[in-house]
Amino acid sequence: MKILVCISKSPDTTSKIGFTDNNTKFDVAGIQYIINPYDEWYALVKGIELKEANGGSVTTITVGTAADEPTIRKALAIGADEAVRIDAEATDAYFVAMQISEYAKDKAFDLILLGKETISYNGAQVGGMVAELLDTPYVSLASKLELNGTTASITREAKGGDELVEGNLPLVISAAKGMAEQRIPNMRGIMAARSKPLNVVAAVAVDALTSTVNFEMPAPKSGVKMIDPNNMDELVALLHNEEKVI
Amino acid sequence: MSVLVYIDSINGVAKNAQEAVFYGSKIAAEHGMETIVVTAGNSDNDTLSALGQYGAKKVIAHNNIELDSQQLTKLVTDVAKENNSSVVIFSQDLTGKAVAPRVAIRLEAGFVSGAIALPSNDFTVKVNAFSGKAYCNMKINSATRVISVSPNSLQPEAGEGTAEVQAESCDLGASRIIVKNKVEQTGEIALPEAELVVSAGRGLKGPENWGIVEDLAKALGAATACSRPVGDAGWRPHHEHVGQTGVAIRPNLYIAAGISGAIQHLAGVNQSKVIVVINTDPEAPFFKAADYGIVGDAFEVLPRLTAAVKAANL
Ligand SMILES: Cc1cc2nc3c(=O)[nH]c(=O)nc-3n(C[C@H](O)[C@H](O)[C@H](O)COP(=O)(O)OP(=O)(O)OC[C@H]3O[C@@H](n4cnc5c(N)ncnc54)[C@H](O)[C@@H]3O)c2cc1C
Ligand SMILES: Nc1ncnc2c1ncn2[C@@H]1O[C@H](COP(=O)(O)O)[C@@H](O)[C@H]1O
Repeated sequence: MKILVCISKSPDTTSKIGFTDNNTKFDVAGIQYIINPYDEWYALVKGIELKEANGGSVTTITVGTAADEPTIRKALAIGADEAVRIDAEATDAYFVAMQISEYAKDKAFDLILLGKETISYNGAQVGGMVAELLDTPYVSLASKLELNGTTASITREAKGGDELVEGNLPLVISAAKGMAEQRIPNMRGIMAARSKPLNVVAAVAVDALTSTVNFEMPAPKSGVKMIDPNNMDELVALLHNEEKVI
Repeated sequence: MSVLVYIDSINGVAKNAQEAVFYGSKIAAEHGMETIVVTAGNSDNDTLSALGQYGAKKVIAHNNIELDSQQLTKLVTDVAKENNSSVVIFSQDLTGKAVAPRVAIRLEAGFVSGAIALPSNDFTVKVNAFSGKAYCNMKINSATRVISVSPNSLQPEAGEGTAEVQAESCDLGASRIIVKNKVEQTGEIALPEAELVVSAGRGLKGPENWGIVEDLAKALGAATACSRPVGDAGWRPHHEHVGQTGVAIRPNLYIAAGISGAIQHLAGVNQSKVIVVINTDPEAPFFKAADYGIVGDAFEVLPRLTAAVKAANL
């Protein structure tokens, strides 16, 4: 069983967000990065669980610069066997998907696991793109995954509930909550991670199909209006007449 | 040249599908193009023809509710090529998340997902960035463009007109993903696309107390949601959990009772148009992100609010 897990980084949600160069660049000063939670808690841990049950290996892949290596080492400490870093700034989802599919295309991975989306952009793009580039079925928003030989049974989010689907490996699967339980790396894992391979691979050239023009901050809230807890008629009137939301 | 909009039409056309058609028609009008809708589902001709109100000229309908994302990709790309579509629009719903990225690759199109406003004339599209703490303007540089629209980002205005409905029965090959079993929660309003949401947190003390939350949701016609600890404790189903690690929503109204307003919770709800917070603690951080605040006990305030909603007879 050969498993590839796509690992990206996100600013910790508690980070204060700011921009430089006339709001065209994200200000990385003082930003604490974490592994994107869906990648770490669900995709990676599920990959490790499947390896523990079925044998094989878990490789992580990250499109990013040397600044991403602490998050990659954390993935190794949690239990991945080896890591690959495609050495380039991740400019958009298409760029990332092209790098991942280029790396994976001749390596016969049985499963490619991703997070359902990054918490930075909630893009939910990379998984579908990688699947299309590799001509592989894609099951998105999976909350459960069981393997029976080369058949995967997957519970995924569907309109108005969940559904159980089946498909044959190889598959690309994006992981949502429920897929696995978060694992905290222990001291042994952290020590072992230092000697696990982290291979740096050159990026392939890709056209920039999209580009970031600039960023904006939302208009600040005008302040909260307090309502007397005994006067819910006033609230209903405001929501109906002023806000026109009910 | 045309703008192509893909929507699901299973048991009718949902509001987010109307939004996508309206969004596509606005772009078509700006660039002097026609709007064509391609859809898979089981809805009747009248329902589909009514999409003319939102600007659709023609609806190409594939009568099938079991297509997987690869089959849908083939359907949309084939129709896009036949109709010389330079813009393809999806709703950023479950189908859009699975199919739009694949279509973008097939059409060699730049793709921006989760648009929250109409694009500018040069196809610069506004999306949320950094858990809703900022916006990013992204420009699509390619000649063919794919955009998925975040549900509840714009209010579709119904005009006059009917669309011509054309049946499509091309061979899309066999499905490689087989649906074995559906677990439907009928009677509930789907949270990701809901316009009104009533949500509660640990302040409600236990699952047995959710009746007062459901009563208000029912009176308003709202979906219900919860904070993460509530989902984790199994008080509520996991798909109701909103926030950084749950569902990100942008309803017109978000009512939060007994939720402190942690940053990870706000990350999933701060795009709501109007936020009402009910909390016993006047220092609860959620009040800083709220439009209306009520310092009070949810066990008293929620039933009172439900009664007021019913009395107003909206
Ligand atoms: C990496 C990470 C990701 C996370 N992702 C999410 C996420 O996606 N979504 C999420 O929600 N959380 C998330 N969290 C957890 C988050 O930090 C908070 O712990 C959580 O949101 C708190 O839930 P709560 O407000 O229901 O409970 P509490 O923080 O315990 O707040 C309960 C509130 O209820 C009030 N209260 C008590 N009794 C009453 C009453 N009778 N009437 C009215 N009010 C009352 C209290 O004053 C308090 O403000 C995440 C945390 C981390 C570290
Ligand atoms: N730079 C990256 N390197 C590796 N994987 C990534 C990268 N960006 C995104 N991914 C993966 O793709 C998933 C979906 O990302 P997105 O489509 O950007 O929302 C993430 O959860 C990751 O698993």
